[in-house]
Formats: sequence, structure tokens, C-alpha cells
Amino acid sequence: MSDAKLDATSEHTGCACSLDASRRNLIAATAAVGGAAGLGAAVPFVASFTPSERAKAAGAPVEVDIGGMQPGELKTVEWRGKPVWILRRTPEMLASLKKTDDLVADPESLRSDQPAYVKGEARAIKDEYLVCVGICTHLGCSPTAKMALGSESGISDSWQGGFLCPCHGSLFDLAGRVYKSMPAPDNLPVPPHTYLSDTRLLIGEDGKEA
Amino acid sequence: MQKQAQQLLDWVDARFPLTFLWESQWGKYVAPKNFNFWYIFGSLAMLVLVIQIVTGIFLVMHYKPDASLNAAGVPVAFASVEYIMRDVPGGWIIRYLHSTGASAFFVVVYLHMFRGLMYGSYRKPRELVWLFGVAIFLCLMAEAFFGYLLPWGQMSFWGAQVIVNLFGAIPLIGEPLSIMIRGDYVVSDATLNRFFSFHVIAIPLVLIGLVAAHLTALHEVGSNNPDGVEIKKQPKDANGIPLDGIYSHPYYTIKDIFGAVVFLFVFAAVVFFMPEGGGYFLEFNNFIPADPLKTPPHIAPVWYFTPYYSILRATTSDFMLWLGIFVLVVGGLSVFSLRHQLAKLAAAGVTAVLLVAFYFLDAKFWGVVLMGVSVLLFALLPWLDRSPVKSIRYKGGLYKGILAVFVVCFVVLGYLGILPPTPVGTIVSQICSILYLGFFAFMPWYTAMDKTQPEPERVTWQ
Ligand code: HEM
Ligand code: FES
Repeated sequence: MSDAKLDATSEHTGCACSLDASRRNLIAATAAVGGAAGLGAAVPFVASFTPSERAKAAGAPVEVDIGGMQPGELKTVEWRGKPVWILRRTPEMLASLKKTDDLVADPESLRSDQPAYVKGEARAIKDEYLVCVGICTHLGCSPTAKMALGSESGISDSWQGGFLCPCHGSLFDLAGRVYKSMPAPDNLPVPPHTYLSDTRLLIGEDGKEA
Repeated sequence: MQKQAQQLLDWVDARFPLTFLWESQWGKYVAPKNFNFWYIFGSLAMLVLVIQIVTGIFLVMHYKPDASLNAAGVPVAFASVEYIMRDVPGGWIIRYLHSTGASAFFVVVYLHMFRGLMYGSYRKPRELVWLFGVAIFLCLMAEAFFGYLLPWGQMSFWGAQVIVNLFGAIPLIGEPLSIMIRGDYVVSDATLNRFFSFHVIAIPLVLIGLVAAHLTALHEVGSNNPDGVEIKKQPKDANGIPLDGIYSHPYYTIKDIFGAVVFLFVFAAVVFFMPEGGGYFLEFNNFIPADPLKTPPHIAPVWYFTPYYSILRATTSDFMLWLGIFVLVVGGLSVFSLRHQLAKLAAAGVTAVLLVAFYFLDAKFWGVVLMGVSVLLFALLPWLDRSPVKSIRYKGGLYKGILAVFVVCFVVLGYLGILPPTPVGTIVSQICSILYLGFFAFMPWYTAMDKTQPEPERVTWQ
């Protein structure tokens, strides 16, 4: 005790020579333990930033009646807070996909987000119905349908119909495939979905095709 | 009476350094006597800060951060803002003061920063004043961004959607990070609530702390002035104050009050006659409640973000080549001019790493990086400027020309950021982005080459 006192006084005189090494270690240890406790205390706060159990549980599949849809009609439903489009494609619309094959960045959707059971240029279980998430793969705006053809669309003289993202101008064809050199890197995602019957579509769950 | 007051003051001073604080921070703070128009914006920024805090406190009494739909099918948050505008007595004035105040804040702060650029106020010994300023600028941007989500209109929703998704462009951690920011997989009630918390308490606390640090640092080193000469180096008069110094009180008290009155005239005119600012202060699409299923046909950020938004949009994959050339030139110049071998090596290394990374990572990611970098570059100014003089008054034509180009680019970028993207607009904004970056990147060379005039001994003053 008295030694320690002596050391403390020598410190006051400005001499670093006789600093009490054991006290230094104590300070280092206290700082380390205190720091660890601080980090530990941060855990619940950081964790509270992540989605809550309720947010994770949200997103039950939604059932859609597609019985009354006319050829060419586009329907939007909400799934997990996002717009999901159902487009009943006419034979001409399906034929246009052949023409856009060369214009799109990922014609076979190899890089894009879609279940294994949708393949090829139509990206659908039943070619007639396109089901995709209407959220641009660039920064998440929802593209607008541009169904007028050619110069009438105001996009280009050879426009085959499709979607235009209002935010930074990405173009998508009638299978949600993104055109080449657009801000959006990938095709619009296709959600898991299945047909419960000819007129009932379930979005958010894989069917027996999976 | 006078005696009692003095006794009371003495009593307080013996227990709390009241007189000391007043005199060191304002009353006996010696400032150069040649302050001009440009020196009004610091105190105006403080005035606007007070307006924002006071009006904000009253808005929170009626606003509800709730994205669920009410009985009428309107989001509660959106409806609560309409309620403030229509049913709360005086509510519309309070809200318009707050929304106009946000734009006024940026007008004032941009002019305040421009003053710093003109008079070299960021240079030694005011580096920390400047760095606290840059931190304030960042906080201000965060504060405005978080606040913009609160009315839960279409622009609120889709603006937040795009900006939060920007973070998703960061490799590896991007996706989880943007989910952490939203607290959900989409912009939702969770997002609204945490943005509310940031906007009303977290950021304002930091902001107030930073303003205190900004002013403490300034009053420690003393103000610069339009001539850029250090009055502290001058001989002192009989009262021990520098020849060109005067007390802030009463001289600048009067000047600042006059400035505040003029400012409030203009401010009130906007609040009462054009609170929407022609769609620039309050965007028209934000009078429509947020609809997660439909993006409005044209989305643009509020005007004060548009220069940086333009830089983001200008960064396309075609632009990466130009950026690569730019980095190569700056890197090459640095390797050539740096003296130490180690510094040369480091510059070459950084250049090489950047070029490789440009090749492998998406333009989308670099857009985000460039946007951030173009704000943060201001922080480097104290070390980039190598001119022998501080003030633009004594700088040469080269510097004046380059500063003018920088200002023009900033304004053009801001203007283009309001418009929908067009091919020509993209090219113009790419040119302006490069020039913007060049203002900073080439500064060590052009400020050293610039033909300056000698600074005077005393400030010029009529
Ligand atoms: C909330 C925002 C801000 C407030 C309330 C504020 C307040 C002030 C005040 C009252 C002064 C002294 C009066 C004057 O010189 O105009 C000042 C000086 C200064 N401020 Fe700020 N400021 C803010 C933001 C900024 C920002 C964003 C920057 C730069 C990035 C900045 C840089 C400076 C510099 C360099 C000075 C010294 C000027 C000189 O001596 O010539 N400030 N500030
Ligand atoms: S969000 Fe669709 S193009 Fe950017």
C-alpha cells in the first residue's frame, strides 16, 4: 500500500520510470473487460434492427382467381408487400418473345431469379400466363405496362410491348426479361407459384411441379 | 436594482461559468471587422435549426408514424399529416414552416459552404471547424432523408425504396444491410417507425452536438475573413485586441439581427404564398398516399439532393471507362509528383486496385460509391489546397475559372437531377460529374500553379 503511494507520488513528479506495472495491467484488463461488456450490450440493439418475427411470418401465399381474365389483361396482386403481376398473354404477345430474344440481356434467364419449373423465353408454367414480381431489379421501383406497339408506345418504332421502369428507364419485354444495357441487371423475378385448378392460381408456394 | 442583478450574476458565476461562456463564445469574441454579406449564413443556419426543432416538437404532438390503413383506407401517417393541415388550429402554419425550413436549411448551408470555398476558410488552422461542418452536412442530409418518409406519400415511399436499395448494391453485405435499414423485406411500417425515431431524436441530438463543436472550434481559432488574413497575427491595440478585430457584441449582434430580419421576410413570403415551392419544396406526388404497388410516373428527390442523385444516375457501365481514365490520370500525376518512394508506391497501388475493381464490380455499385465520395471529398479540402493565399480575392484567374466551372457543374447536375433521364442529359451529367470530381482531384496541382497576388498586411475595409 505504502509502496503504491510512493509510486503515485513519483508519477506526480513526472517520472515515468517507476510506473506500477501491475496497475497498468489492471487498467488494460479493466478496459478489455469493459469493452467486451460494451460490445455484448450492443447485441440486442443491433439485433432489433433486423426484421421482427412478425415481419418474417408475414407473406402467406395468396390465391388469385384468374378465371375472368381477358386475353391481354394485366392483373396486379399484393404478395409480401410487393406487386405481383399476372399477364394473360395473347398468341401475338407470345410470338413477340422470339423477336426480343436477341434484344434482352439474359434470354434464357440463367442469371435471373425464378423457380426451376419455369423455363425458356416464356418463363411460365402455362405459357399463356406470365406471373412475375413487378419490382425492377435495379433499385426497386415498379415498372409501368407499355402495351402499345411500335412508335405509338413512345419508346421505339420496333417496340413489341412490355414494361418501362419510370425511375431510371429500364425496359422489359412481355416475359419480364430486361433489355440489354439497362440499369437493371436481371430479369423481373418469378415468384414460386402453382395452379390449384384451371382458374385458381396460388402465389408464394411451389406446387408438385417443384 | 442594478446592484441586485450584479449580485445575482456573481452568485451564478461563482457556481457556473455563465459570464465566461458568454464572453468567450460571443460577447468578447473578437472577430475581423471586414465581414461581408457571406458571413451571415452561419447565424442564419442556427436560426433555421431553432425553427426546425421548435416546429418539429409541435408537429410530433399530432403526427402518427403508422403505415396501417385507417377505417377510410388511408395510411394513418398520411392521414395524420392531412389532419394537421386541415383540423389542427395553426397546424398548417407549423407544418409549412417546417417543410419550408428544410429547403431553407440547405439554401443557407450551401451558401455557407460556398463562402468557405471562396475565402479558404477550411485552411489551417480551421481544419476542424471545417470537418465538423462536413459532418453537419452529412447529418443534415440524413435528417432530411429520414424526415421525407414521414408523410408516407408516394414520393416518400418510392424515394426511400430507391435510396435504401442503393445500399443493396454493396457486394456481400449489401442485401442484409438494406434489410437491416428497412427492418423488413420491403419499405413498411417498421421502416417508418425507425425513420421517425432517427428523425426526431437520434440525428437532431448529434446535429446539436456537432454545431456546438463547430462553434467551439471556431471560437478557439478565430474567424477567417474575406481577405483571408489572420488578424491574430497583427499587433494588438491598447485593449489587447488585434488592430482589425472588433467584439462580436454589439457589432455583429446588430448585423446578424438585420440579416435574420431580411431572411425572415423572404422565408415568410414562401411559407404564406408558395409553401409548395412550385413542387420543389413539397413534391406534388407526395399528396397521394403511399401505394406499394404503383410507382409514380416520374420520381425525383427533393432539389437539395439532386446534384448527388445526378452523379448516381450518370454512373452507367459506359461511364466506367471514363472514370477509369480519370483515375489513371490522377493516379499517374500523383505517382509523378509525390516525393517519398513509399507514397509513390501507395498511389500506384491504390490506382491499380481501383482499376481492377472498376472492371469487376457493377456500375450500380460505383454509382453509390461516387455519390458518397462526392460529398466526402469536401472533407479533404484543407489538405488539397496548396495555394499560398486563402481568399479568392488574391487568387489567380486559374483558380477563379475552375471554381466557376465547379459551381456551374453543381447547378447543372442539380437541374438535371430533377428531370427524367434522357440520353443527352446523361452525357451532360457525366461530363459535369467528372468536372466535379476534377475540382477536388486536381486541386493540389492547379492551386500550386495559380498566379496569386500577395495578401495585404491589414484587412481591406471601407
Ligand atoms: C447546422 C449547420 C451549421 C451551422 C448552424 C453553422 C454555424 C456557423 C456559424 C454561426 C459560424 C460563424 C459565422 C460565419 O462564419 O458565418 C460558422 C462558421 C463556419 N462554418 Fe458553419 N455552420 C453550419 C454548417 C457548416 C457546414 C456544412 C460547413 C462546411 C462543410 C461549415 C463550415 C464553416 C466554416 C469553415 C466556418 C468558418 C468561416 C470563417 O471563419 O470564414 N459550416 N458556422
Ligand atoms: S429502379 Fe427501375 S430502372 Fe432504376
